[in-house]
Amino acid sequence: MKPTDIAAPDYFHKVVDCQWACPAHTPVPEYIRLIAQGRYSDAYMINWKSNVFPGILGRTCDRPCEPACRRGRVEDNPVAICRLKRVAADFKDDIKQRLPKPAPKNGKRVALVGGGPASLTVARDLAPLGYHCTVFDADPEAGGMMRTQIPKFRLPNSVIDEETGYILGLGVDFKGGHRIDSMKALLAEKYDAIFVGSGAPRGRELDIPGRKEAAANIHIGIEWLANVSFGHIDKIGKRVIVLGGGNTAMDCCRTARRLGGESVKVIVRSGFEEMKASPWEKEDAIHEDIPILNYMVPVAFKHVAGKLIGVTFQKVKAEYDANGRRNLVPSGEPDETITCDDVLVAVGQENAFPWIEPDCGIEFDKWHMPKVDPKTFVSTNPKVFFGGDAAFGPKNIIWAVAHGHDAALSIHRMLSGEAIDERPLPEVQISSQKMGIHEWSYDNDISNDKRFKVPHRDKVIALKDIRAEVELGYDVKLALGEAHRCLNCDVQTVFSTSLCIECDACADICPMDCITFTGNGEEGDLRQRLKAPSPHSDQDLYVSSDLKTGRVMVKDEDVCLHCGLCAERCPTGAWDMQKYFIEMTYAGSTCPTKSRSAA
Amino acid sequence: MTYIAKPKFHHPGLKKNALGYTHRDYEGKISTLCAGCGHDSITASIIEACYELSIEPHRVAKISGIGCSSKTPDYFLGNSHGFNSVHGRMPSVLTGANLANRDLIYLGVSGDGDSASIGFGQFAHSIRRGVNMTYIVENNGVYGLTKGQFSATADRGSKSKKGVTNTDNAIDLVAIALQLGATFVARSFSGDKSQLVPLIAAAIGHKGASFIDVISPCIAFNNHAGSTKSFDYVREHNDAVNRLDVLVGRDPIAVDYAPGTIQVVEQHDGNKIALRKIDADYDPHDRLGAQTFLARHAAKGQIVTGLLYVDPDAEDLHEHLNTVETPLNTLEADTLCPGSAVLDKINASLR
Repeated sequence: MKPTDIAAPDYFHKVVDCQWACPAHTPVPEYIRLIAQGRYSDAYMINWKSNVFPGILGRTCDRPCEPACRRGRVEDNPVAICRLKRVAADFKDDIKQRLPKPAPKNGKRVALVGGGPASLTVARDLAPLGYHCTVFDADPEAGGMMRTQIPKFRLPNSVIDEETGYILGLGVDFKGGHRIDSMKALLAEKYDAIFVGSGAPRGRELDIPGRKEAAANIHIGIEWLANVSFGHIDKIGKRVIVLGGGNTAMDCCRTARRLGGESVKVIVRSGFEEMKASPWEKEDAIHEDIPILNYMVPVAFKHVAGKLIGVTFQKVKAEYDANGRRNLVPSGEPDETITCDDVLVAVGQENAFPWIEPDCGIEFDKWHMPKVDPKTFVSTNPKVFFGGDAAFGPKNIIWAVAHGHDAALSIHRMLSGEAIDERPLPEVQISSQKMGIHEWSYDNDISNDKRFKVPHRDKVIALKDIRAEVELGYDVKLALGEAHRCLNCDVQTVFSTSLCIECDACADICPMDCITFTGNGEEGDLRQRLKAPSPHSDQDLYVSSDLKTGRVMVKDEDVCLHCGLCAERCPTGAWDMQKYFIEMTYAGSTCPTKSRSAA
Repeated sequence: MTYIAKPKFHHPGLKKNALGYTHRDYEGKISTLCAGCGHDSITASIIEACYELSIEPHRVAKISGIGCSSKTPDYFLGNSHGFNSVHGRMPSVLTGANLANRDLIYLGVSGDGDSASIGFGQFAHSIRRGVNMTYIVENNGVYGLTKGQFSATADRGSKSKKGVTNTDNAIDLVAIALQLGATFVARSFSGDKSQLVPLIAAAIGHKGASFIDVISPCIAFNNHAGSTKSFDYVREHNDAVNRLDVLVGRDPIAVDYAPGTIQVVEQHDGNKIALRKIDADYDPHDRLGAQTFLARHAAKGQIVTGLLYVDPDAEDLHEHLNTVETPLNTLEADTLCPGSAVLDKINASLR
C-alpha cells in the first residue's frame, strides 16, 4: 500500500466515525469534551453552528452518529451522543449575545417556501450575510414538521420557539399563515433566489375495502398528529390500531395512549426487526404498554352501519429469494380480525407539488420528484433550489439541515457571481495535545462505564398529560459520566516515520492490538497479516512509508481507543496525539478553493 | 512512566487459546519502565509465549532479583506466583522453590547486573545443577537504574552515552551457560519477537536448565552510536543461525520450506520444535561446536542468535537427586517422617 496521506481532509474525518456519519458533520467529540468541562454554552454554539437546532435534535434526531460510534464496536452500546447534545441545550447560559448580529441588507432577496428545518437553515446561513430572507409557511408559527408532527411529550413548544426564534431574530422575515399556492406567482415577485423546503406533507393512503365507508374513524397519521398539535383533536377511542412501522407510527400510538386510547396496538406488515422506526422509539412505545404485532397485512376495514368495528389482517411470513430479497408470502394461517374504535394510518409520506406549475422551468422525474442536483441542490431552474424532504423524499431533520447548509452555499455563490458547482474545501486544523511527557490536554483514561440511561418521567403521570415531556434529560452528574465514555476519536494518532526506531513499544502497549510492524503488501494481503483480525474493511489502514528495517507501520483505525498509550510509550515521539478539527464549508466561508490554492 | 491503567477493553476479534484466554489475560500491571524499553518487548514476548502454550497462570512461578529487568515480572502474568528476591539471589530462591514444588513452571527473570555481576555465582550454580527453569537475562549492557554505568556484559571498546570507552572485557553469559552444562541455550533480541517468542515457548517446554540471553536496548542510556547493544547495532550485526516454530500438539508441517532444512526436536512437554536452519553448518546438538562457533563469530563482531544448543534428553536436578514425583510441599507428615522403626532400619543398614 502507498503511505497514507493524512493531509487529505477526509482521512482523519473518517476516523471520527460519528462526525463522518452525521449529515451535517457536527464535531461531536469536541462538544462532548466541552460538556465534560461544564462549558455547556460553548458546546451549544458548536452545535448551533453545525446543526442549527441542538435542543430540538437533542430530543428527536435520528442519530446516524450513534450506530457509527466506535464505542459500539468496542462494547455493547455507543455513546449517547444525541442526549448529550440536549445536555448542552439544557444547561447553557443565555447565548443570545453569541449569535450573529442582523446584518445590513445587501439588497438581494431570497424566498423560502416552508418554515421547517431546511428553510430555516438556509435563512440562518444567509441572513447574517445580508440577504433579505422571507420564509413562507401555511402554519402560523415557524418550525414546520418539527412543530406539527412531533408530539409535545417528545419536544415541547418552548424548545421549538427558542431555536426558531434565534433564526428569526437574525432579521429573517417570517410570513406565517401564508401558503404558497403558485410557484409562478412567486417567480413573478422577482426574488433573486427561491428555496423550496416544503417537506413531504402528504400521508400515504391505505386503499383497502371499507376505507371510504368507515372514514370517520380512520385517520392519516401525520394529519392527525398535526391536528393534535394544534389542539383540534383531543380524544380518540379506547381501542386503537396504528398501521405502519416507522417513527410516525410510534408517535401516533404514544399520542393515542394519552388521548384516551387504553388498548393501543401497532400492527406492521414486516417483521419487528425490519421496522423503520428507530429501536429506541420502539422501546419507548413498548414501555407505554403498546404491543407491536408483526407479519400482518391489513386487507379490509370492517364496519357496521358506517361505523368502524375492526381491521382484518392476512398473516404472512418472510421468504428470501436467491438474491436475498425478502418477500412477504401468506403463511396459510386464517385471517384475523382485530376489533377497534379508531385506526391511525402511518404507512409513509409523499411529496406533493401541486402548486408548482409545469411551465416554471422546474422539471420533475417519473416519480414526480423535482430534478435536483445532489451537491448544489439547484433544480432545473437555476434560481430555484430544493432541500430537506422536498428534495429527495422523507428523511429526517438532520438531513434537512445538511441540505440547507449546502443550498445556502449554492445561493450565496450564485448571487456572488461564482460557479455553484465549485465548492470550497473545508478548513482543517490539527494540533498536538502533548502537555508533558505523559500528559495530554484531553482525558485519555478510558472509562469502563456502560451507557447511562436517560431518566424518564413516571409512566402514570406521563400518560395523563400529552404535553408532559417524557424524557427528563441527563442531570449534570449523569452527563459527565456519559461524556467520559466518549473515546475522543478526533484526537488522532499521528505517526512520523523518520522518528521511529522500531522498538515495538507502541505495538506492545496498544490495548486493542491496532498496530503492526510488517512487510508492506496490497491492502487485502496486509489485512490478513495484522496482529488482530480486521473485519471492517470500510475502516482505513494507516500505513507509513518504509522504515529502517524495510518494514512499514500499519495501524487498523477500526477499534483504536485513542487512549494515547502508543504515544506515551514511544521513546522518540514518533507517535503524537493531535486534535483534528474540521470546519465544514458554509455560505460565507473564506477558505480558498482547491483551484485557487493550486494557482 | 504511564499514569493511567491500560484500558481493559480489547479487540473484539482476539483469538482465544485452549483455555479460553486471550493474550490480554496474561498481562500484568502497566510497565513503569522508560518508554521504549526493550524489556517491555520481552515482557510482551513472555505473554505471547504463555498464551500460545495455553499455560494456566497459576502453574507459573516468576522469580526475579533487583534491577530494571527484575521489575518486569510485575508486568506479565498478573495471576501467577511471584517472588521479587534480593539482588542477584533469584537463582537460589528459584532453586529452593523448585525443590519444594517441582510441579510449577519456573521463570527466572534477571538482568546483566543481577546475573553477570552481583549474582554471577548464583547464576553459575543454578545452571550447573540443572534446575528445571527458564532463565531469561534481559541484557542491556548498562546499569539503567543507576544512570547507565557499564555492566559486566558491556563489550570492551563500546562507548557510554557520555562517550567514555569501556576498557573491561565482557562476560558472554551464553558462552558461560554452555560451558556450565545448560541443556537449552539461546540468544535473541528484544526487537525480533518472531525469533524470541518461539524461543521462550521452547525453553518453557524444555526439562532442565534453559538459558536465554536477550539483548534488550536501554533506550535511556545505551541506544547511541558507539553502543554495541543499540537497536541499530544489533540489527546490523545479528547473525541468526536458525529460526524455529513451536508446534503445539500437532505434527510439524514442513511443506512451506525446502526439504532438508527443517529439523524437528521433540520436547519434554510433548510439543515439537521445528528448526529452520539459516546457517547450514550449524548443529544445535553439538555443545563443543556451538562454543567454537560462538567464539569465532564473536571475534568477528557478530552477535549469534537463535537456538544455539539443546539436549532433548536432558535431566534436571530432581532426577539427579532422585526425589519423589510428588512435590515435596504436598507430602504429609507421616510420609516425611515415617517413624522411629524406619529410622532404626536405615541406621542398621549403615552400621
